[in-house]
Amino acid sequence: MKERGPLIDLRQVTKIYHMGEVDVVALREVNLSIEEGGFIAIMGASGSGKSTLMNLLGCLDRPTTGQYFLAGRDVARLSRNDLAGVRNQVLGFVFQNFNLLSRTSAVDNVGLPLQYAGVPPRERRQRAEEALRQVGLGDRLRHHPNQLSGGQQQRVAVARALVTKPKLILADEPTGNLDSQTSIEIMALFQELWRSGITIIVVTHEQDIAEYASRVVTLRDGRVVSDTRHAPRVAHLDQRDASMIVEAAS
Amino acid sequence: MTPLETLRVAVHALFRNKLRSFLTTLGVIIGVSAVIAMVAIGEGAKARVEEAFASMGANLLIITSGTTTAGGAHGGFGTLPTLTWEDLKAIRTELPSVQYAAPVLRSSAQVLTEDQNWATSVTGTTPEYFAIRNWPVAQGALFGQSDADGGTKVVVLGQTVVEKLYGVHFNPVGQLVRIQNVPFQVVGVLAKKGQSPMGQDYDDGVFIPHTTFQAKIQGGLQKYVNGVLFVSAISSEATARAEAQITDLLRDHHHIQTSTDDDFSIRNLTEMANAQQEGTETMTTLLASIAAVSLLVGGIGIMNIMLVSVTERTHEIGLRMAVGAKPRDILAQFLVEALTLSLTGGLFGIALGLVGARRLALQFGWPTLVRPEIIAIAVGFSALVGVGFGLYPALKASRLDPINALRFE
Repeated sequence: MKERGPLIDLRQVTKIYHMGEVDVVALREVNLSIEEGGFIAIMGASGSGKSTLMNLLGCLDRPTTGQYFLAGRDVARLSRNDLAGVRNQVLGFVFQNFNLLSRTSAVDNVGLPLQYAGVPPRERRQRAEEALRQVGLGDRLRHHPNQLSGGQQQRVAVARALVTKPKLILADEPTGNLDSQTSIEIMALFQELWRSGITIIVVTHEQDIAEYASRVVTLRDGRVVSDTRHAPRVAHLDQRDASMIVEAAS
Repeated sequence: MTPLETLRVAVHALFRNKLRSFLTTLGVIIGVSAVIAMVAIGEGAKARVEEAFASMGANLLIITSGTTTAGGAHGGFGTLPTLTWEDLKAIRTELPSVQYAAPVLRSSAQVLTEDQNWATSVTGTTPEYFAIRNWPVAQGALFGQSDADGGTKVVVLGQTVVEKLYGVHFNPVGQLVRIQNVPFQVVGVLAKKGQSPMGQDYDDGVFIPHTTFQAKIQGGLQKYVNGVLFVSAISSEATARAEAQITDLLRDHHHIQTSTDDDFSIRNLTEMANAQQEGTETMTTLLASIAAVSLLVGGIGIMNIMLVSVTERTHEIGLRMAVGAKPRDILAQFLVEALTLSLTGGLFGIALGLVGARRLALQFGWPTLVRPEIIAIAVGFSALVGVGFGLYPALKASRLDPINALRFE
């Protein structure tokens, strides 16, 4: 572990939503520090504030009060344009419902973040293909999302998160739409990426998914109620998938 | 993203909804082609009027003599000869705003050859007449000033007369024709001129020196001009000045008191042409405005479809923002989509408008004229429509909140 400051440092972060007359406090003075190279699961029931935390961590939203240092930079007060730049360069997103562009090939879906990073088309294509090979979809480059299974679509989404070589991948219920076998495959993929040095944060409400992480942060009513570290369960792949990933990594 | 990249993404998005994009474009196509076709018709009518007045003569003023009053009945202009040959000479030589002046004595007569005859108008004039009319000779030569002064029996024929007397493709120069039993030698044939604005055939006429006309047709030389005077001003701006100067000169020569009316009248053809021109311009404006309304409707169609598109693709916009699209990237994307629709419509509209104008010209015989600047204006206008009506939907898209947009189903 590198001895620098933490990758993520939330200090006294509060988020209040104004719903008409009523103010809803989604996060109350949350302090959270995440070091680079961690695999963190954020757990909590619905309404616990985990989605709000996810949005703040993902620079999709700004805290009402408090500070958020991402890679040493205070992003709490950045403009919308600057936040877009941070999302593009530092973060990768994986969503529950994959969020792939329909009628667009896997390569073009994966290349999307690079478009906004100003990477020229040829290099974009190369990097997108590389990322797809890394998630074991080297033979599905030209496929459209509707020609892929749920697990494959989520792999495309992971490749899209990877392609900008981010420090941090944020996954919001990444296995919520997948069966248990495919869920394990996706978690194995995250562990693989984690071992390669990328910080992973997974938001989930499933205990068995959280077990694959090395640290579990639990929220309730907008507060962190527990923060535990443990040895992660290793996701066992079947032989075929394992060989694919080894092959891609080599 | 580079502009080219943005365009590529926009075209890709538009191709995902081919029929919808086509129908939206169709609105602009119809609008632009209507503008082009309508303006072409208007401009064509204007050009025809211009041409017609130009064929009458450049910067023409026509002076007619006074009226007779017999038993309280006014006879109309020209019934009493008041214009003298001295007047003509003075107008020609003394007024700086006058370029040419020619007498026009007219009568109708039977023109005979050995085996044919034709009733036509006979005009007695000077060589300046042809300069005023801007009427070149096609075969042979015009008669000269010496013929006009000396009363020689020479004649210049119009094309129609040549056709009627000799048939087409015959060169009658050197032939003899008889007008009121007087033999005239044909010295020239005028170029074809066509119809006057009033639908009269210019080419159906013969021209002889005014002195010959007086001696042989009017029956003797007279002090008064038994006809009208054609005067051309040095420029179209000078016509009003020439008119005023001629009025002053004639009133002075005719010793008319300040309180008395003129004993002549001057018709300013340039003014008439301008009035006609204004009429056609009004028509052009009217047609173009109606067509512009349809272009506006096309623009509203673009706005409508872009709004639908933004709503439909809210989720996509959210995703693009999540992976790093800045609000201005989203703005550019939707603006370029709207622009692509409107400019494509503009280009096809121009093509259709040109074809349409051509068809109208062929089918109904309407004169049409497409000026290049109209095409430039049409392109500019459709771009304006694209930006104007695409801006609001694009702004709406760029201001979406990525979280809400991602959650939108």
